[in-house]
Amino acid sequence: MAGHATTHVDSATAWGGKVSPFNVSYGKMMMWFFLVSDALTFGGLLVAYGFVRHATEGAWPIGEETFEALPFLGHGYPLAYVALMTFILIVSSVTMVLAVEAGHRMDKKGVVKWMLATIIGGFFFVGSQAWEWSHFMHGTDFGSVEIASGQYKGYRAIVKGHFGEFESFTVVEGGKHHKKGDVIKEDAAELYHHFRHAVLAGHVKDNQMRLHDGSIVTWKRAADHEMKLILKTDGNGIAISKRTEVTGKEAEKLYWEAVNSGDKGRIIYGANLLNLSEPNEYGPTQYAQLFFFITGFHGFHVFSGVIINILIFLGVVRGTYHKRGHYEMVEKTGLYWHFVDLVWVFVFTFFYLV
Amino acid sequence: MERDDIYEYSLDTHHSEEEGKKVRRKIWVVTAILTIVTIIEVALGAMVKQSSPSWWIVKLLFIGLTVLKAGYIVLTFMHLGDERKVLKYIILVPYFIFIVYLLFICLTEGLAVNGTWETYGG
Repeated sequence: MAGHATTHVDSATAWGGKVSPFNVSYGKMMMWFFLVSDALTFGGLLVAYGFVRHATEGAWPIGEETFEALPFLGHGYPLAYVALMTFILIVSSVTMVLAVEAGHRMDKKGVVKWMLATIIGGFFFVGSQAWEWSHFMHGTDFGSVEIASGQYKGYRAIVKGHFGEFESFTVVEGGKHHKKGDVIKEDAAELYHHFRHAVLAGHVKDNQMRLHDGSIVTWKRAADHEMKLILKTDGNGIAISKRTEVTGKEAEKLYWEAVNSGDKGRIIYGANLLNLSEPNEYGPTQYAQLFFFITGFHGFHVFSGVIINILIFLGVVRGTYHKRGHYEMVEKTGLYWHFVDLVWVFVFTFFYLV
Repeated sequence: MERDDIYEYSLDTHHSEEEGKKVRRKIWVVTAILTIVTIIEVALGAMVKQSSPSWWIVKLLFIGLTVLKAGYIVLTFMHLGDERKVLKYIILVPYFIFIVYLLFICLTEGLAVNGTWETYGG
């Protein structure tokens, strides 16, 4: 196994110079020191997350409510995607340790094979994270809503459920591209896209909306399913004493009333990466800030890890380490790669699970 | 030219085919453990809602399982368990002391800030 003592040195010799008391090479020692300092950085970030979360308490979003979408399958699968990401990273950590093991047997082919697998796993993880980010920025179909009337007036709620698909728009007042009486039939996603733009611009009022070209349309769409409004904060963004849910017809009424109010800003979709002081759909502004910073910093580590792995991989293929007589370089890059996995284990727990 | 500044530690980290088998076996066992723990975490997260009264048990369990996973990664995958004890503790002990301190201070402070906001608004 790695670095185990094969020659025994007594402690007088060990600390007398010219010998490593830790029985590791300089490079490995420094890699460990670097990892400790990096672990302190991540520890600091996660502790900062803990601070903000404790300070905002009930207003803070819950992982299983925020992260419940899968590519191609839509939403309603809490934590499945991050679990998959976690699994990808664990597997790539395993292939890395197998590469190190092959190196100990001077099995060049084995090292090549397992390092290649590790690099592929790394790319998969970075890709998954890109999807996760884009989904986070884009937000849900409903967005979050600021309630316009009733006892919860002014409260902001996150909205869960299945958004009814658009079928068509009917033009009631002509514009540049459409004339009165036209029926606009496009892909449901395309129609939704127009709708979202109108909502963001405050161009939806009383079940009618104004499109880009100035025409006014009504819409036909399927019914929403299992709509649920989750209230955690009052109008000032302060956590209310008990998380409250509004469901069924009442939820639909409150949501569509806010959409049809024609007020800009009642509905918020996703999070804005380029302006993080803007409110986001999920909860306090710090939530999106910490999400982007922590997962981004981790993603940057994964990315640089992949690059370093590729460089070492080329060295392996060229036989540099074989000639040297040992594969310690693979071990060192392996340490970094495992560290990246280690950090993710904590991010997974504290950002997504609890 | 002979260098006198290096090579008094063992670079002889090689092992035989047989030892390799043992090592690989251990790797696969740890893989299975990590996978199972992750599955348990996700299943628990899906089953027990954060609003449920028993959530605090699940939360503690999550933290315990996370530390367990971290332990396996550091000690087996990163081979820290196979290094000299002095190296192992020089890496782990200062880190833990500092992080536990930081956690205590920041979470206490976070709750205090929360109390202030609730009382005075913010």
